[in-house]
Amino acid sequence: MADTPLPSSLTVELSLVSRTFGRRRAVDDVDLSLHAGDCLALFGPNGAGKTTLLRLIAGLLKPTSGSVRVCGHSLRDDAAARAHVGLISHQSMLYRALSARENVEFAASLYGVPDPRGAAVRALERMRILDRADAPVRALSRGLQQRVSIARAIVHEPSVVLLDEPYTGLDAAGGAALTEMLRLLRSSGASLILVTHNVEEGLAVASHAAVMLDGRIARHDDCATLDPPIYAGEYRELVLRGIDQEMSLDIGVSA
Amino acid sequence: MSEARAPSTVGAAWLVARKDLAIEFRTRTAFFSALVFAVLALCIFYFAWDESIIAPAQRAPGVLWVVLAFSALLGLQRSFGIEEHDRGIDALLVSPISREAIYLGKAIGNLLFLCAIQLITIPALALFYNLPVGRPLLVVTGIVLLAMIGIVAIGTLFSAMAVNTRLAELLLPMLSLPFFVPILMNAAQATTRVLADRPLAESWPWLKILLAFDIVFVVACTLAFPFTLEE
Amino acid sequence: MTFPSTSTPASARSVLSSGLATPKPVFDWFFAFAALSVLAVGVRAIYFTPVEALQGAAQKIYYIHVPAALGAYIGVSITAVMSIVYLWLHDDRADRAAEASAEVALLFLTVVLTTGPIWAHRIWGAWWVWWDMRLTFTLFLWFIVAAYLVLRDGIEDAAMRGRYGAVLAVLGALLIPFIHLSVYLFSARLHPMPVVLKPDKPSLPPEMLTTFLLSFVAFTLFCFALIRARYRIAVQRELVAAFEGDGGPR
Repeated sequence: MADTPLPSSLTVELSLVSRTFGRRRAVDDVDLSLHAGDCLALFGPNGAGKTTLLRLIAGLLKPTSGSVRVCGHSLRDDAAARAHVGLISHQSMLYRALSARENVEFAASLYGVPDPRGAAVRALERMRILDRADAPVRALSRGLQQRVSIARAIVHEPSVVLLDEPYTGLDAAGGAALTEMLRLLRSSGASLILVTHNVEEGLAVASHAAVMLDGRIARHDDCATLDPPIYAGEYRELVLRGIDQEMSLDIGVSA
Repeated sequence: MSEARAPSTVGAAWLVARKDLAIEFRTRTAFFSALVFAVLALCIFYFAWDESIIAPAQRAPGVLWVVLAFSALLGLQRSFGIEEHDRGIDALLVSPISREAIYLGKAIGNLLFLCAIQLITIPALALFYNLPVGRPLLVVTGIVLLAMIGIVAIGTLFSAMAVNTRLAELLLPMLSLPFFVPILMNAAQATTRVLADRPLAESWPWLKILLAFDIVFVVACTLAFPFTLEE
Repeated sequence: MTFPSTSTPASARSVLSSGLATPKPVFDWFFAFAALSVLAVGVRAIYFTPVEALQGAAQKIYYIHVPAALGAYIGVSITAVMSIVYLWLHDDRADRAAEASAEVALLFLTVVLTTGPIWAHRIWGAWWVWWDMRLTFTLFLWFIVAAYLVLRDGIEDAAMRGRYGAVLAVLGALLIPFIHLSVYLFSARLHPMPVVLKPDKPSLPPEMLTTFLLSFVAFTLFCFALIRARYRIAVQRELVAAFEGDGGPR
């Protein structure tokens, strides 16, 4: 299949992407497109498939069907396409015995960044953790480890940044540093997908909002058209209705 | 994104190996535990026999290979454990380096780690079992290196698998030891002859099998590694 | 076959539509026939076959020992082949077949390892003879198959279990020639050459030869019957698990 380049601003394209685990469909026929500078806030109840979706875009999982393309390259055909993605997940993905600087430098070298040392310093500085850069990661608090984790994820200046509940554990200063960094990334042309349980927090930084239920995208909106408090209410109702439907299928009562 | 180019397989493998050795150097517990185990085992085995019935120099080859096998297992246990902790492995998998590079890097790190231990264990053996220091011992070191390549190839792969199961510490020996059997059998036979000052040509049949084993399993395990990852 | 979608859990619906719908009986006529034929051959071997002059009654263990070895090798080969098929096609049926064959192989290997020493003690005076190539080889094969089953037992997730098992099986298959070579080099003497398989004429008298060949056939049939039965047990287990919960088998 010829690799036709996408229009230059399209960073992420998912076509009919599904992923099954055994008999469970975690992601079910998802279509998604993101352009440079977009920030998608992805909401949904636990088990909706949000983390699986992020892992598919990061290249950690292969889709059972459909295609995932990042910056014009298909992840299936071109492993180098993973270089365009940065992932922040629930686990820190850090090595506790090494220092923050060593962790971020190692990550930079994996991506072939020309000056790993310099890039690491810049990334740590942006997350306001340069002063603790040489302490072993295990000596840092959870919140500070989270900052190092974020620095590690963006050290190679990815075009797509995937964030799975990144504000967890961050204090006010850390949260502010993260919000500022997200703004910077967007203005330099990166796309973001932000999974969060805090609807207000997500809408504050996002340009688009989507709700995932049972592996599918239940709704997808442009934030410019939304009123946050009303949206939050509609979102909660949607989630509850989705949960009701699932329960009635299992116990044989028509919805 | 800037002009970054992902490192080649060999370059990436070396980065992973270096990272593992840096972590090892930082904590050092695994190294010392395996080393102390090896040297202590040598001593304990000495007292298992009566030196008037069997000369120490005669027991030395057998003891060496048993001790090498088990100290290697101790060393290999930690290999993927560090990746499991905070899912460091995910960071490796998200990056553009190939899966084979991850395996090779881990294997190279393990090889250097184990060789460091053996470089102390072999002189300790010569010391406690009164072996002549000279060319035979040097050849034995070469045989140990050859065997370590096979042991590391198998052990690294099974370490990656065992870490995802229940009872990982028990499973690694159970999986690896059957595969170590040809390595240990042939290496011990060759070592016996070398230490008895026989010409090296006599040991060649056994060394040939060892070499073939190394080649076959380094390739097979490198190819098998991606199957141990969930993708 | 369709079910009203509101009365069956989603997972069970997918199981039923994937062809596992009609569970076949575990013990059927074929199994009974195979088991009976093993018994029949046993009776023939004990009562209706002449006793060998040199080795005495103990030689009759041979009628179990060697065919059991063949059954074990068949089981191990099926596991190896099914594992390759599973890695290539990701078909659950191949994985089930691999597991079933391995368990049956372990059973037959155990038979070989128990009958071997009994025979060896009668003939050679020692319970274990390391230079008996087949016996030593079977011992190591036993450890490999046991490792395969223990590995599978230690994994909860069905997909990972299949994958890891298959990897170990393929590597184990690669290992076997090395074990064989190493044991061969090590043995001072070889296992007594199989009397039946001489190129010109088997040197066993006709009744013994017939019993021997019948025994091979009976054990091979029984091996396949056992594998089939064990496969069906695996299918039934999966169905039960699908109806009980949303997870995979176990």
